[in-house]
Amino acid sequence: MTATRDKFGRPIVAVTGMGVITSLGAGLAENWSKLTAGQSGLSTITRFPTDGLKTTVAGTVDFVAVDPFTSTDLGERLADLATEEAISQSGIGSKGDFPGPLFLAVAPVETEWTAREQLAKAVGGDAEIDYDALLRVGGGGRFAHFHRRFLFGSVADHLAETFGTKGSPISLSTACASGASAIQLGVEAIRRGETDAALCVATDGSVNAEALIRFSLLSALSTQNDPPQAASKPFAKNRDGFVMAEGAGALVLENLDAAKARGAKILGVIVGCGELADSFHRTRSSPDGKPIIGCVRNALADAGLAPEQIDYINAHGTGTPENDKMEYLGISTVFGDRTPSIPVSSNKSMVGHTLSAAGAVEAIFSLLTLEHQRIPPTINYDVPDPAIPFDVVPNKARDARVTAVMSNSFGFGGQNASLILTREPLSH
Amino acid sequence: MSDTASTAKQPAEAWITGIGLASSLAEGLDAHWQALAERRINVDDKSFAPCVVHPLAPISFDQQIAKKGDQRQMEAWQRIGTYAAGLALDSAGLKGNKDVLSRMDMIVAAGGGERDLAVDAAVLNDQAKGNAGPAAINERLMNDLRPTLFLAQLSNLLAGNIAIVHGVTGSSRTFMGEEAAGVDAVRIALARIAAGQSDVALVGAAQNGERKDQLLLYEFGDYNLKDSYAPVWQRAPKGGFALGSGGAFLVIESRAHAEARGAKPFARLSKVVADLSHRKAPGDITATLDRLWTSLGAPKSNTAIITGATGAEPATAEERAFLQSHPGMPVRATGTMFGHIMETQFPLGIALAALSLSRGALFPANDPTGFETETTEQPNQIVVIGAGHWRGEGMALVEAIN
Repeated sequence: MTATRDKFGRPIVAVTGMGVITSLGAGLAENWSKLTAGQSGLSTITRFPTDGLKTTVAGTVDFVAVDPFTSTDLGERLADLATEEAISQSGIGSKGDFPGPLFLAVAPVETEWTAREQLAKAVGGDAEIDYDALLRVGGGGRFAHFHRRFLFGSVADHLAETFGTKGSPISLSTACASGASAIQLGVEAIRRGETDAALCVATDGSVNAEALIRFSLLSALSTQNDPPQAASKPFAKNRDGFVMAEGAGALVLENLDAAKARGAKILGVIVGCGELADSFHRTRSSPDGKPIIGCVRNALADAGLAPEQIDYINAHGTGTPENDKMEYLGISTVFGDRTPSIPVSSNKSMVGHTLSAAGAVEAIFSLLTLEHQRIPPTINYDVPDPAIPFDVVPNKARDARVTAVMSNSFGFGGQNASLILTREPLSH
Repeated sequence: MSDTASTAKQPAEAWITGIGLASSLAEGLDAHWQALAERRINVDDKSFAPCVVHPLAPISFDQQIAKKGDQRQMEAWQRIGTYAAGLALDSAGLKGNKDVLSRMDMIVAAGGGERDLAVDAAVLNDQAKGNAGPAAINERLMNDLRPTLFLAQLSNLLAGNIAIVHGVTGSSRTFMGEEAAGVDAVRIALARIAAGQSDVALVGAAQNGERKDQLLLYEFGDYNLKDSYAPVWQRAPKGGFALGSGGAFLVIESRAHAEARGAKPFARLSKVVADLSHRKAPGDITATLDRLWTSLGAPKSNTAIITGATGAEPATAEERAFLQSHPGMPVRATGTMFGHIMETQFPLGIALAALSLSRGALFPANDPTGFETETTEQPNQIVVIGAGHWRGEGMALVEAIN
């Protein structure tokens, strides 16, 4: 049998399993039905007191219990659930024996307040508490579990052991583009011929007080708290920031030939990945939009597609004044006169910004769009921004013929990544 | 096991053409070579007593980070890394070369999360004194955290700062996960070049070891070397590591790309392999290292070993058992001189291997136990080993270009 290759002679990368969890619910079916019904998963935060905070809305996943709560534990649990669904759908390998490497997009791990508070209690008495005091009580094995928990590699270590992935698992962060980068690493490994399968997972359980305050201090978050379901307003003139959210997405990627040989159902194909870093500023995009333009063009070139062949864009669309404006500049520059006629919607209007998970969650929603030939809407779009004349698929899902989707992810630190997904392998 | 081998076509040869080092010993290649020759060790057992650390040598950050505003936006680990990355670009002759920098890959292995210790202490004292409601932390953090501190904490912002200061923009990927992140950063960079997915990459890592919040994480596991300094091979049976401050960056490029621009190589990066042992039973680490050794290919004559052995147990004892089963090769443990720089230790090992091969000599042993032996032979190849203190095993083969 001759190997199937893309027009550049590379192995074709198919998706054979997907799993997703967001504030809308657990699993592909629940997420898709709510997403296409235009429902919001955002709510008023109840996990911790919000007194004194400007933002009190988030897309928390409260139906998954983690006790005691840490963001790392929640992120790990969400990754478990999404991965179980993806591997089960794919039917690859056997339980606890995934035949390929793990690429994990995960929020940077750090020792959390639960740990510091327990240490402070151990200091006890009237002693002044500082890091010297914490260091005095930290050793001796009593808190050894905090070392295991708060290592940067701890979530990947857990997933690798649970699902039996092969080799050294990679934990990565490209900020809000992390999920897309995890997929890109998997695609590249399969194209290199290193492996026939890769498990790409992205997760984020970051809604805790300090994380919310950090974003709030950078004026990145929406403060339109009431009603919470209307806080996220991508591309609308009255947008005022993104809404932090939690979730996880997992994809089983396979060499198309290997997937077909084992009789797997092909859910879609990752035909192109692009990236380009921005050196302008730590949180702002270059005003000329060149890095975003270059990123989008790199993805098209990697896929061997012309802009005319993209018929839906799953936008990064965070709902910050800056992002949405820059995304319009980037897309309209590349797509030119066709821009107003391409549907461009933002899942974040409903699930919020799942941060490290977003790129994978939205790639999965893009694949579901291809499967169902139905485009999820951008909700809360009541006041169009004349500076952003996108067809945002306002407020109601739309049936459409969709053959190739571009999914964009941009992040702090000049991170830009774009994926191009199709239902079928491209003919050439 | 993760392997850089590509089945697609003949892999492209990869050269190390740039090295940037800043550490507790020195900054720059000549100064490091001199410090290694003198068996210098720079430790501080007072500032963080009882923990011992290797503090950063005096460095003029202005040399590589021209704008004070940029320096202010960074915490120490980012300044060290951005500085070392600049040295690597200088060393490769690529500083300011916009054509190459705009398509240069960047993979950074990073920690992050530097905290404001005073704010943390204030919150905890409020709580301990019982005069804090459940929401008091909100007020403290809202009022006392510097807004830009977040950007100094985010792991991917070392890469972000390198892009801003040095203009490396082809790609920007940050790997996390302690020692293994350093191994995988180099492994993926090489795999991309070998497969023709990339021509040139900047790879490296940095750590500020002079941090109480960082020491606390390792104190939980009783990993910190305490009270008095000892070389890596002299720490058993209790074991432990002294965190070090430093950054190590490499420019790796395809031979064709290097030759086309007339770049001179330090060495060839032939192969990088990695694995994750779950370390359930004694001997697991030794067995994993044995498998990696086999997949690296049988060593030829005049092979030396540079290891990032941490000193933590049981990992270092198991690595020692592996080394003892492969006798006849001189071993050097970087942890003795540099301390444990975590994500940076493996790129540092490759940097020192490339430097040694280019200078035609292995630097002297620095080990009162005699496990490291002196050699006068010129090494042809050096195997770099990285076995993490808790997880992650990796090896690289670095070879002389004659």
